Amino acid sequence: MPSLTINGKQITVDAGMTVLQACEAAGVEIPRFCYHDRLQIAGNCRMCLVEMEKAPKPIASCAMPAADGMVIRTDTPRVTKARNGVLEFLLINHPLDCPICDQGGECDLQDQTLGYGMDHSRYEENKRAVVDKDLGPLVSTHMTRCIHCTRCIRFATEIAGVEELGTLGRGEHMEIGTYVEKALSSELSGNMIDLCPVGALNSKPYAYTARSWELIRTEGIDAHDAVGANIRIDARGREVMRVLPRLNEDVNEEWISDKSRFAYDGLRRNRLDQPYVRRNGRLEPATWAEALGAVAERMRALGGARIAAIAGDMACTESMTALGDLFRALGSPHLDCRQDGAALPVGARAGYVFNSTIAGIEGADTCLLIGTNPRWEAALVNARLRKRYLGGGFHVFSVGPELDLTFPVERLGAGPETLGEIAAGTHRVAKALQGAKQPMLIVGQGALARPDGAAVLAAARRIAETCGMVRDGWNGFNVLHTAAARVGGMDVGFVPGQGGRDTAGILHGAGGRDLGLVYLLGADEIDMAQLGQAFVVYQGHHGDAGANRADVVLPGAAYTEKSATWVNTEGRPQAAPAAVAPPGDAREDWAIVRALSDTLGKPLPYDSLAQVRERMVRIAPWFARSGEVTPAAWAPFGTEGKLGAAPFRSPVTDFYMTNAICRASATMAECSELYMSGGKAATGTHG
Amino acid sequence: MLADKDRIFTNLYGDQDWRLAAARARGDWDGTKAIIEKGQDWIIDEMKKSGLRGRGGAGFPTGLKWSFMPKKSDGRPSYLVVNADEGEPGTCKDRDMMRHDPHKLIEGCLLAGFAMRAVAAYIYIRGELIREEQTLQAAINEAYAAGLIGKNACGSGYDFDVFVHRGAGAYICGEETALIESLEGKKGQPRLKPPFPAATGVWGCPTTINNVETIAVAPTILRRGASWFASFGRPNNTGTKVFCIAGHVNTPCNVEEAMGIPMRELIETHAGGVRGGWDNLLAVIPGGSSTPLLPRSICDTVLMDFDALRDVKSGLGTAAVIVMDKSTDIIRAIGRLAKFYMHESCGQCTPCREGTGWMWRVLERMARGQARLEEIDLLLDVANQVDGHTICALGDAAAWPVQGLIRHFRGEIEDRIRKAHVAPSRAA
Repeated sequence: MPSLTINGKQITVDAGMTVLQACEAAGVEIPRFCYHDRLQIAGNCRMCLVEMEKAPKPIASCAMPAADGMVIRTDTPRVTKARNGVLEFLLINHPLDCPICDQGGECDLQDQTLGYGMDHSRYEENKRAVVDKDLGPLVSTHMTRCIHCTRCIRFATEIAGVEELGTLGRGEHMEIGTYVEKALSSELSGNMIDLCPVGALNSKPYAYTARSWELIRTEGIDAHDAVGANIRIDARGREVMRVLPRLNEDVNEEWISDKSRFAYDGLRRNRLDQPYVRRNGRLEPATWAEALGAVAERMRALGGARIAAIAGDMACTESMTALGDLFRALGSPHLDCRQDGAALPVGARAGYVFNSTIAGIEGADTCLLIGTNPRWEAALVNARLRKRYLGGGFHVFSVGPELDLTFPVERLGAGPETLGEIAAGTHRVAKALQGAKQPMLIVGQGALARPDGAAVLAAARRIAETCGMVRDGWNGFNVLHTAAARVGGMDVGFVPGQGGRDTAGILHGAGGRDLGLVYLLGADEIDMAQLGQAFVVYQGHHGDAGANRADVVLPGAAYTEKSATWVNTEGRPQAAPAAVAPPGDAREDWAIVRALSDTLGKPLPYDSLAQVRERMVRIAPWFARSGEVTPAAWAPFGTEGKLGAAPFRSPVTDFYMTNAICRASATMAECSELYMSGGKAATGTHG
Repeated sequence: MLADKDRIFTNLYGDQDWRLAAARARGDWDGTKAIIEKGQDWIIDEMKKSGLRGRGGAGFPTGLKWSFMPKKSDGRPSYLVVNADEGEPGTCKDRDMMRHDPHKLIEGCLLAGFAMRAVAAYIYIRGELIREEQTLQAAINEAYAAGLIGKNACGSGYDFDVFVHRGAGAYICGEETALIESLEGKKGQPRLKPPFPAATGVWGCPTTINNVETIAVAPTILRRGASWFASFGRPNNTGTKVFCIAGHVNTPCNVEEAMGIPMRELIETHAGGVRGGWDNLLAVIPGGSSTPLLPRSICDTVLMDFDALRDVKSGLGTAAVIVMDKSTDIIRAIGRLAKFYMHESCGQCTPCREGTGWMWRVLERMARGQARLEEIDLLLDVANQVDGHTICALGDAAAWPVQGLIRHFRGEIEDRIRKAHVAPSRAA
């Protein structure tokens, strides 16, 4: 533990820290542009120069390891002069177009100019202009503003794992670029916009739509995948203007995927903003009273045994709690939150969550992927796997689809046959897993949402148990979800009750007229044709597949518009307040269910959100510990049985098109066309 | 004047053949095995005693540098890298050594490599030196064939390889860490130090980078003894040195001389004196383009070694003496150097990327008088903001000539500006 003196103050810091970090620990702020905690040190901006005793020149504090006995000064005229000089150099070729720059108001260069800049320019020569680059539909460039900090290059190379950006040219003519112009093929590319300390890389969809200081900021939770990334929703009036990541070391660090960041324009299109009732084959606008009345009438007529409910991928836990309670009160056991039919074990929580936790990946040394493509199913889990890979000594094996995860993966086979061999211990990799210190496995929904899902789950459990993945202080058995709603639904028991039907059973029952009414809580990804003649109630926020089929549409709120809780794939409940109001007559989802219960004359025993949450805590006590993972006890799950022959497939075939919001988003449509159609990225000659 | 018997580079002018037989006749590869048998510590100690300082420009004590290499491998091999990317304007000494006396360098590689427990030497040669590379490679082939290097080099039991790698013509690749990057196949950009190459160099392995001349003189020093080498020059500035004399002299040349020779004697004895006589001298750049120029008043008495030149705020650098007589437009001359540094800046760090262009543009105007008097101070301020604030020494190298110009020729710039400003008003 080196002990050094900073501005006369003695401080002891951890070994391996840099002078810059030591200064921060001592409460001394060091200006910087190129330095970033999560990226390799570049030391090129020279803004962080400080004076070190016995050094003839000022040193770059970001790159100098703190050593015992160092005497650092950051408050001398020499340091001030050096910083002023560097800042002046950065500004001489900077266009100073802050009034029309989207970064204005949240720009590092602007802020630091306030602290270290002059009030006028001494540079009288012509400024440099740089041609903008086309990096695809998400990131816009204004390369003249670039200060060459190379954060974007380092992010692309290290975190995103796509070596597509670099520097070209020398001296004044150095430029950041892709050489052959192409769109960045990373699902994390939007993070470069946050990393860029100036306005060189901006959000293309957000361009010129708002100034940062007019936006109301709300801390939210992302619901596009099951990672539960912590986000900040910036809104103006009723409109979400942009989505940014929020720091959470345990979940998303400070990154979010491009889907989480850019799909927000889908919140404006194709919205259900008033109730509809189907009359004469057409959905016609109706009042809430008419719509709820129509549903209640049908439910009462059919009775509990002939009604069923399916919850979709983005449903909040509160609405599933309320709807589950209502259906059980009506005597219906036909509930399922697994609209994809995955064989998630009811009651055995360790069998349906990501037990290692996402941050726990960093402690693993071997990983077996089963029927999953984490890069598309959970981009941030993949980023964490890559981070672990970069740490060294990490082996990843895969049974399932061909993968490009930005790090090496040894593919053992395509399907259950290989899995069976590993489970039986006859496959050579079984030895590697048994020999590992901290082995883990990740089962994807592609391996579970199939007829032999329960057997696959049992095989995975066998591997976990025989390879030492489950022991005191370490649980390497992980289920990777793709839906934000899934774990929450399982936790509050939105699953078939005694004698109840699961998703397949409900569809079968509806088609065969055993069931007369199916209540879709935001469920759009089921085969609507199988619903037959059943009366379909759709409660949700987008006019997608479910609403098209519905007989009554109850307009709900999207994830940005309600105070709601989601449980991520780790089993981490996270609550977020509403950032904006739902459009038109749409309402928060639990309240719709509560209103329906009133209409039915069976009012649910809660009148406020707080009371719903109290009910959730009574069902599952871990809801009381919002933001935390409560370890699940290991219990038997899965059903030993015959494994099928079909190869595992990832449920996500198009990263940019996984839910109703994405499908309504023009940005996502553009990305989907560019990246997913034939897998060819655009070139300079494209279009 | 240095006696012929004390010259190390006895074929500097290519009067004799460069091949192995001729090199052996000149004394190369004589008793190499015996030197190796004296052991690593003896070699490093002898190099320390000789007082040899790096000949690439910075003048770091060579023996000390070699001693930084790990004595015991942690599993990684060690490497010697020879910097033959000679690109400093005014300098062309390494080139002559490689084309006329390549075996001195190859033998030096073996001895230096052995001393630092390196498994191989990489000679990074400037891409433009096509013939030199061919000669060097041919000489290396000869040495391999004669068993002087390779497995069991010189019968010493030590295995040592020598490889030649050609650069692609970027000045910055002569900076040692940029050279490492380039050698690894990356864009030539200097690395941050620490870690220093002796800990983490080429391919992450311990590496020492030496100039061609530093390595090429080592065998002779080890053969003739540290005390012989140390007998030339002044304390801390010992030995002989190859000087490159160019510019406004009657007979430009490379010449090996004792360190500390007076500049005037060097120019008048070996380069036929300044064009038009010593009185016609305006200024001298004593050590390659990056070292600050010296006006005649200093040139009269200054000695050519590290410390003497440092005391007059310049430097020995690569000992490339650029002589400028009174016909020189000194502002344009320094402006041209500024343009060179702007062109060669790698662009990685801010002060150099932005400052070199700024300095050149101001100098360009100043040379035409199209500037204001206060801009002289601005220019000096810009130079001072670049100097010492960059990752590598290119920033310093770009700032020094400008600082030297203003230090010694401020009056000249002021006159130029005044004249340009007066002229139009008279015409009006």
